[in-house]
This record gives sequence, structure tokens and C-alpha cells, in this order.
Amino acid sequence: MNRKIAPRIKDAVDYSLMLKPYETYKLDNGIHVYSVNAGAQEVIQLELVFYAGNSFEQQKGIAAATNFLLKNGTSTKSALQINEAFEYYGGYCSRACYNETATVTLHTLSKHIDKLLPVVQDMLTDAIFPQQELEIYQQNSKQRLAVNLQKAEFVAGRLIDSYIYGKDHPYGTYTHPDDIAALSIEACKKFYEEYYLKGNCVIFISGNFSNDLNKKLNDAFGKLKVNQQAAVLPQIKMKPSAEKKYRIQNDVNAVQGAIRIATPFPNRLHPDFKKAMVLNTVFGGFFGSRLMSNIREEKGYTYGIYSYIQNHMTESAWLISTEAGKDVSEATIEEVYKEMKKLREEKIPEDELLLVRNYMIGGILGDLDGPFQIMAKWKNIILNNLDEDYFYDSIKEIKMVNADTLMELANKYLQPEKFWELVVY
Amino acid sequence: MIQFDRFTLENGLRVLVHEDKSTPMAVVNVLYDVGAKDESPEKTGFAHLFEHLMFGGSKNIPTYDEPLQVAGGENNAFTTNDLTNYYCQLPAENIETAFWLESDRMLSLAFSKKSLETQRKVVCEEFKEHYINKPYGDVWHKMRTLAYTTHPYKWMTIGASLQHVEDATLEDVKAFFFKHYTPCNAILAVAGNVDLEQIKSLAEKWFGPIPAGTKYNRDLPIEPAQKSPRHLEVKSNVPLDALYKCWHIYPRTDDRYYATDLISDILSGGGSSRLFQSLVKEKQLFSNLDCYHFGSTDAGLITIEGKLVKGVNIKDAESAVMEELKKISEEGISEAELEKVKNKAESAMAFEDMSIMNRASSIAMYELLGDANLINTELAKYKEVTAEQIKEQCRIIFDENNCSTMYYLANN
Repeated sequence: MNRKIAPRIKDAVDYSLMLKPYETYKLDNGIHVYSVNAGAQEVIQLELVFYAGNSFEQQKGIAAATNFLLKNGTSTKSALQINEAFEYYGGYCSRACYNETATVTLHTLSKHIDKLLPVVQDMLTDAIFPQQELEIYQQNSKQRLAVNLQKAEFVAGRLIDSYIYGKDHPYGTYTHPDDIAALSIEACKKFYEEYYLKGNCVIFISGNFSNDLNKKLNDAFGKLKVNQQAAVLPQIKMKPSAEKKYRIQNDVNAVQGAIRIATPFPNRLHPDFKKAMVLNTVFGGFFGSRLMSNIREEKGYTYGIYSYIQNHMTESAWLISTEAGKDVSEATIEEVYKEMKKLREEKIPEDELLLVRNYMIGGILGDLDGPFQIMAKWKNIILNNLDEDYFYDSIKEIKMVNADTLMELANKYLQPEKFWELVVY
Repeated sequence: MIQFDRFTLENGLRVLVHEDKSTPMAVVNVLYDVGAKDESPEKTGFAHLFEHLMFGGSKNIPTYDEPLQVAGGENNAFTTNDLTNYYCQLPAENIETAFWLESDRMLSLAFSKKSLETQRKVVCEEFKEHYINKPYGDVWHKMRTLAYTTHPYKWMTIGASLQHVEDATLEDVKAFFFKHYTPCNAILAVAGNVDLEQIKSLAEKWFGPIPAGTKYNRDLPIEPAQKSPRHLEVKSNVPLDALYKCWHIYPRTDDRYYATDLISDILSGGGSSRLFQSLVKEKQLFSNLDCYHFGSTDAGLITIEGKLVKGVNIKDAESAVMEELKKISEEGISEAELEKVKNKAESAMAFEDMSIMNRASSIAMYELLGDANLINTELAKYKEVTAEQIKEQCRIIFDENNCSTMYYLANN
């Protein structure tokens, strides 16, 4: 045995990946249900997606507040009673508000789903938004914001988005303490009425369940008076800031700078998107990337540096993000631009490209471990109005895209003058 | 029920195999029985720095990451006060690549000077990112020093100071490796689309020839029972006052661990928990409040921490916490409340076991605690806990003489 020689491998690119198909059906009121029944563990994840994200709000913060307070009181149950109802059975009901969508998600052992569906139904038909619950939410949100505003990475994250998209764009807007103070019960109720009660809903269910679950979902959610028209996403124009370079002092005692470098980038429907995912992986998308190898592993300027394309529906941005030592922040930025230049001027060597292809395919293969992960892939496809071709075409690009194309792409996008640049100390 | 097989190589390496044919992937998890608690007080942060160096090339292979990525794999590692764990996931057909890589770095590292120099810097940046450049980032540094006088849990995994990390030498690295990174101090867990016989022959082939090394005999100083309350007041540039209270609890393998774990859920495990309902929702003294413990192997701490609503006096907030603890210690809990946290434990375990990655690391960690089969038997231990035991443990644990308190106050 010679330890210097690597064992033979099967190239991950030689794998044929299969995304386990979903089943789909409609409830009586037209709600689409997507279902993946798989996995050994007796667990279920139920996700109700409403088109009730911050893109739809007239007043800042109202989408998030409404989503949060869904669980804080109905006409028959207090917030405590709702929490007890879930927690008694070891269930976990979370909610989240994004730009386009807002979700209510239930995680439960399969054997308890019957007891918990009516509680979720109650939240989605009869939430009452008690004044006191709103006040507690306001108080705690303001406090959390105060703590976050001391973190350079939090401040940097908000600012870079506002530079790229503009402060009035749903992706670029951010909350001030005054916005939290201005929230009202009336506004929450109105938003609930319009975007939940009469809103647009899609259901994703995954895990290990019996066949009669369709009927149970119909009993619980088939009578919601939701809108059967497909949701129309508001189209708001990006308004990037004129100034492109920012250095901001947030804390006089800072020992690191939070660095964000970003440029607008098209969404998934653009023909460059799938190819750019491969270029991004080479550039800064994984531990073996150019940025990580140079700036962490070679120079030790940072604990980690990544590049990524933001996961947005209508428009997107290509972003480089790191926290680096204060005295090496500027040097870090220079190195980022040097790596862009290399990608523009030199073809990616074939062995590096093969490594990245294998890594990406291996990653997708690993990502499909279990029903929740499979459903996460589908959800992304379905909510972005794509179909399974998107999944298979992405894999094709990972396997096929060549070094010339990637160099062209680098020349098209990875130009320093197209980037906004920010350091928050 | 998680099925697994177990065998031991002649050099003492313990191997656990969990077959799951439903996935195309395999996970190889190598756990070394060494953590920050095994460091000398003058050279803290070393176990963690060492974890970084494990990726800087081994005797016969210049880099760890590249060949794994070529094989479609992904990996990471973490260090705690108790242990160091390395794991990688890759397509099952390429599993031998993981055996090749993991066995070579168990055989011997390359001990590269360049790698040490770079990783010292990287770890210093990690230290800054997580513990200095963040509001409340130094809380656990201070809290451990306050709560432990003797046991090495008194320093954080990242190290007691940046200086210790900066001072690490190549000689330190070598000594640490040969003391701790040996087959007899390690556990190998393999999970996924694999066969027991295949793993047996791969383990023999790649790990079998590695010299056993000397079994490390851990002889840590025992933390004496705390006899009186400890207090620390800190002023810092943070926006909100915060309260931290810690009490000493039991080792992970003590039977009373299960009651203690349930107590933390009764107090703060969700929107219907006692502290949240009473102090965040009803009295509105805190904007957030948590009760948790780290599940550490040796006797650990149960902690209650919260940020105060602006304008609330920290003494009032603390009294309200104590009042809740007094209530549970004197009145106990209802059967329904007990049932609730047991159901939560059951559900949390089922969700945890979903990925082969988690199953592999859990099996390895349970084996380190003494028996991998704990993964299957722990739920029964939670179910045996009685309301009376909860009440009794609350009374014993939440004793003021057993408590360290920190007021972390805003400057202005």
C-alpha cells in the first residue's frame, strides 16, 4: 500500500442525480399542496407559504409584525394557550417573513399531526392581534435592534443592500426604531385580512405520513377564503446609490472590519445564472475557493471569506462578504479584486474546474438526504415559477460549462468598477 | 431504533458502522478524545488551534481538502472543551478516499511551519470575530473564570487569551499530536450506504497499520463544591443590561442529568415555558430569557441569562428570577408540564436523527461517553424522570451558595 497514491474515485460528475418527484393536489378552495412522502423518521414538516412578505407592505415592518403575531392570540386562545397546544405534543410552530413570502411552519412527530392541524388552522382564520402582544413585540424588537446595531456585520449587511437596491426597494429597505414604534393593531389586522385571510397560499408537506393526510389538510385548510389567482409580485425598480465606496465607523474599539463588496446581478431566469453559480463556486463559494485559499489559507487575514449570489426572486446581487482584521481590511479588498482579475485574464485550469464540478455535484447529492431537503429544492423551484428542468439544467451546466465561457462571464460581471464597496469598522 | 455494529482494531481504534441504504452518501466521522480541558493553563486554545492544523497537510498527502473535494466530498470539524470531532460526507462509492485522508493524518501530520503561522492568524481573527468584536462577546470568558476555580472548564475552547494562540510553537504542536492523536484515543464512526464487511476491510487496511500510541490517562483536577455565592459586575459598551446566573450541575453520565436537562426546558424551552411566560410576557422585565446547559462531559453549569427591558433595575429582575426558581423548588410541576417536556425530548431526538451526518456524530459521541447504544436508550431515561425528582433537583441545584452571578451592565 502506498499512502501517497489516492484511491481510485468515481467522478461525481458521472452520477445521475434524481430529484424525487412530488405529488400535488388542490384543496377544495384551490390551494395547491405539494407533497413528498419519504424518510425513515416518523416526522412531518408542514409549511404554509403566503404571499405576504415585505414587498406587499405599505408601512415598514408591518409584514414582519403581522407574521410574528399570528401565533399570539385568537378569539378562543391566548398566546400562552397556543404555545401550550403545540408544545404539549413536542411540536414546533415557527413563522418567518421574507421579501415576497411569509411562512408558517409546523414540525411535529407524525403521530401528533391530527392534534396540531386545528391549532394552525385557528391562527390562519381567527388571529386577533391583541394590543398588549403588539406592545411586547415592539419593545423586544427595539431592544434586539439596539444590540444588532452594535454588530458591524449586521450594519454592513443592511447598508450594502440599501446601496445596491435603494432604500425604498423591498430588498434594500431596513427598519428604524421609529418604524417599530409606528406599528399599530389596525395596520396588522388590515394586512392579515388582505394577505392571509384573502391572500395567496401554497402548502408544502414533507416527511413520513399516511395517505389520509390529504383529507386532513383539506379539513384544516380547504375552507380558507384565499385568493385563487396566482400572486402578482410588485415590480419595484432598483435605485442603486450614486456613491460606490463607503468606509463607516460603527465602533471606535473595533478590531475587525466587516467587508461587503456587491454588484447587481440578474435572477434565476437569466441564461447566465446557472453558469455563474459555477464561476461563483470557483471564486468564493466553498472552502477551497480562490478567495478562501488566498485570503484565509495563504494570508490569514480572516476566519472566512465567501462570495454568493443572493437568493432573491425578482432581482439579485453578487456579493463578497468577510470579517477581516482592521489593519488588513484594505489589503483584503485589494486581494478580492486581484482574484477577479485572475478570473478575467486566465482560464480556470481543467483540474480545478473538475474539482469544483465534483464538489458541486457531491454537494447536491448530499443535499438530497431526507424529505425536508428534497422539499426545500422543490420549494425553491416552485416558488420561483420554474420547473424540474431548472434542476436538471443546473446540473448539466455544472458538468458541462467550459473554462472559456467562465472567463467570458468573469469579464462580463467581475469588473471592480461595477461593484459597491463597504467596510464597517 | 438506530442499528449499528461495533468492532475494535488491534491498535485500539474503536469503529462503529451504521448502514443506511436509502442514501447515496457516506459519512466518515473521526472523534478524538481530547478537548480544551486537556490543555495546560499556560497554553490554552491549543486543542482548537490544533484542529485547524489538521487541514494543513499530513505525512503523505500535501492537502486534506482538495482530494476530498475532487471525490465530491465536503468536511468540517469542531472542538469543544471535551472533544475534537472531524467529519466528512461524500458519495458512498468514494468512501475509500475518506479512509485514505483520515488515516494519513492520524498516522502523522506534516507539521508545516507555514501552516502553523497562517492558522495562528486565522484563529486570532476567529477569536476577534466571535469574542471581541461583538457586544457581550466576552461573557463566557468571564463567566467560566467566575464559576470554575479549579477544573479546566474555566477557560473557553478558543483560549483564555489571544496571546496563548500567538505563542504556540511547532514543538507544542508535535507533542500534542503524539499525545492525543492516536488510534487508542479515537473513535471512528461510519454511516450511510456502506457494508459492515467493506468497512472492516477498509479500516484494517488504512487504520490497522498505525501504531497504537499510548493511552492518554486523563487526570483532571476536580472542581470543589461551591460553598458561597459569587458575584461579578461588569460595565461595558453594550446597549442593554444583562443578567447571567450559573449553577453547578452533574456530569453527562450521571443519572440526574436527565432531570436537569428537562428542568432547562421547563424553565425556558419555548413560548409556554415558565420563565418566558412570567418574566418576558407577564412582568416584562426581560426582552429575552434563556435557560440552557452545554451538556458537557464533566460536571457542567446550568445557566439563566437574559437582557433586561430598558429601565428595569437588575436587582428587581434577579429577584423575579429567584422567585420563579423558589416556586418550582417548593411547589414542583404538574404531570402535564412533565409530559410536555418529555414529548419535546422525544421529538427533538427524532428530528436530530434525520441526517446520516448527525447519526454518525451522535454514535461517536455516545461511544465516547461509554456506550454508543445510548442513542437508543436515552429516551427511556428521560421518560423515567418523575415530577418529584424535578422538584428535588431544582431545590438542590438552585441554591444561592451554588450560584455565580454576573451583572453585565451598559455603560450609559
